[in-house]
Amino acid sequence: MSKTLFDKVWDAHVVRKIEGGPDVLFIDRHLIHEVTSPVAFLGLRNRGIRVLYPERTFATADHNTPTIDQDKPVQDPLSANQLKALEENTKEYGIRHWGLGHYKNGIVHVIGPENGITQPGATIVCGDSHTSTHGAFGAIAFGIGTSEVEMVLSTQCIMQPKPKKMRITINGTLGKGVLPKDVALFIISKLTTSGATGYFVEYAGNVFEQMTMEGRMTVCNLSIEMGARGGMIAPDQTTFDYIKDREFSPKGADWDKAMAYWKTLKTDEDAVFDKELVFDGSEIEPMITYGTNPGMGIGITDEIPSAEQVEGGKATYEKSLGYMGFHEGEPMMGKKIDYVFVGSCTNGRIEDFRAFASLVKGKRKADDVTVWLVPGSHVVEEQIKQEGILDILTEAGFTLRQPGCSACLAMNDDKIPAGKYAVSTSNRNFEGRQGPGARTLLASPLVAAAAAVTGKVTDPRTLLK
Amino acid sequence: MAYDSFNILKSTAVPLPIENVDTDQIIPARFLKATERVGFGDNLFRDWRYNPDNTPKADFVLNDPTYRGKILVGGKNFGSGSSREHAAWAIYDYGFRCVISSFFADIFRNNCLNIGVLPVQVSADFLERIFAEIYADPNTELEVNLPEQTVTLLATGEKESFDINSYKKGNMMNGFDDIDYLLNMKSDIEEFSKTLPL
Repeated sequence: MSKTLFDKVWDAHVVRKIEGGPDVLFIDRHLIHEVTSPVAFLGLRNRGIRVLYPERTFATADHNTPTIDQDKPVQDPLSANQLKALEENTKEYGIRHWGLGHYKNGIVHVIGPENGITQPGATIVCGDSHTSTHGAFGAIAFGIGTSEVEMVLSTQCIMQPKPKKMRITINGTLGKGVLPKDVALFIISKLTTSGATGYFVEYAGNVFEQMTMEGRMTVCNLSIEMGARGGMIAPDQTTFDYIKDREFSPKGADWDKAMAYWKTLKTDEDAVFDKELVFDGSEIEPMITYGTNPGMGIGITDEIPSAEQVEGGKATYEKSLGYMGFHEGEPMMGKKIDYVFVGSCTNGRIEDFRAFASLVKGKRKADDVTVWLVPGSHVVEEQIKQEGILDILTEAGFTLRQPGCSACLAMNDDKIPAGKYAVSTSNRNFEGRQGPGARTLLASPLVAAAAAVTGKVTDPRTLLK
Repeated sequence: MAYDSFNILKSTAVPLPIENVDTDQIIPARFLKATERVGFGDNLFRDWRYNPDNTPKADFVLNDPTYRGKILVGGKNFGSGSSREHAAWAIYDYGFRCVISSFFADIFRNNCLNIGVLPVQVSADFLERIFAEIYADPNTELEVNLPEQTVTLLATGEKESFDINSYKKGNMMNGFDDIDYLLNMKSDIEEFSKTLPL
């Protein structure tokens, strides 16, 4: 029978099918961090059980970590306690841990691919919804809860029903200044924040084929923001070139064997999806959000739609615009910005800093804007320095912080103050996400760069050479 | 972690007719710093429930003594966003055992089922009826019957059935969790791991 890419990977990992229930799914790679793992380890301890395959789990500290003075003790006692718990738990159970200060430390969804942990055909989970990022490599990757973290630690399996399948095809040529983030925000604006709930998405078409791995990761990362469990893209030469020679990627004869298998990982021609959507890539513009969920996005030159044009109740819509301090029919262009945040598992990779630098080169940071540039990992930080990007940034009046999740969810000190507006390259514009009362406008690194040099919402195409 | 079994729940309900309630609202990230599963109920809906100076916001439903009960009724797409199980813990710890909505986000639904909160999905029309009845009479009781898979407005007898897979239903009715099941098939898992393509 014809199968989709998703079927092939899922079916190869089903240990047992339960009649009228979920599948028992084997997990190849498990990523953990300090926030969603401590209670899972507590569970292991209470049950008196060990970790079944410690070598399949990888730990990093990212959600809570400061992005300055990482060589000094962490000031917040609760954060410090969680970091210590991760260190002790991983030591006790024999799990590899790249903690704060380690040269491989960084955001969990940045370091997985960087180290070749993320591979085509694998099942990958983490107690974090943006685990969908790893689907860029043709892996099935999704976020799980802490109970499931405990399941994976103790049995390397979880129990879930197989999701339905959706394919989103986009062909055509992307316009000037349109980045993978815009493609993702465009899709979510069409589907709404719940439009793909219950589905696993495959992205197909030349727009995705022509993207770099960094771009594909940005798209797959945001799959969860339309409710999808995850998103994936069939592995191709771009994928293989990225993986080759990384620390945990197969070597020698194992590489050849892996390649032979990976090349089979594509949707059969006559395979059937539960839902198919097709968009034209040339219609996508640089995007920006105006509301309090990622589905509330528009082209940057558009006006804020009225409640009637938006899916969801009027009360919900009014609450959202009230929180943002915006009104129906207003343009987004020209709105004053207080903060700019570039970073996160969505847009904290080298390509994002290249894009940001390409626009700010030779310009100056706007005086009344605070700009936080947070690389996704030490590896990204190092690349920024080696490629000369740091020089461009410094010359334009910007500074670079140290790696971590930072203002994306504001668990550390990187909080946007109440009432302030931030253009953020992160993934969620929920109320209070970037700090209590903070107002988030999600956008690409180019839109962020345009805001950083003008102090307002600006179409980056007008500033690009 | 074991939880109390769930069979038939009769209770008044708390209405929250907002759509797309995300898990950052249910429990903001700054309250995720614990290393044990205690005290999350205090911070349930923290920023909707309290002012920055920690005084209660009078207009939020959890601060309104008119509404109480073990059932939370939310708008469409309840629990979207972050995978934090802390959201389900906060709901359980506050005292809710059931959330009714016309649509749930996937991960949140799973998390609820794993810790003993029953997510009950009803039609948009029935959800409207439930909200209307609660607002008409805050003392109105609902019956959530898991064995029968039905929700009933007891005052009027209006009833709707809901879906749940038989495996999870059995777990909820017995207070079992998935880890017990998985630990019992560990030798199968170890055998299976040898057959993986890579």
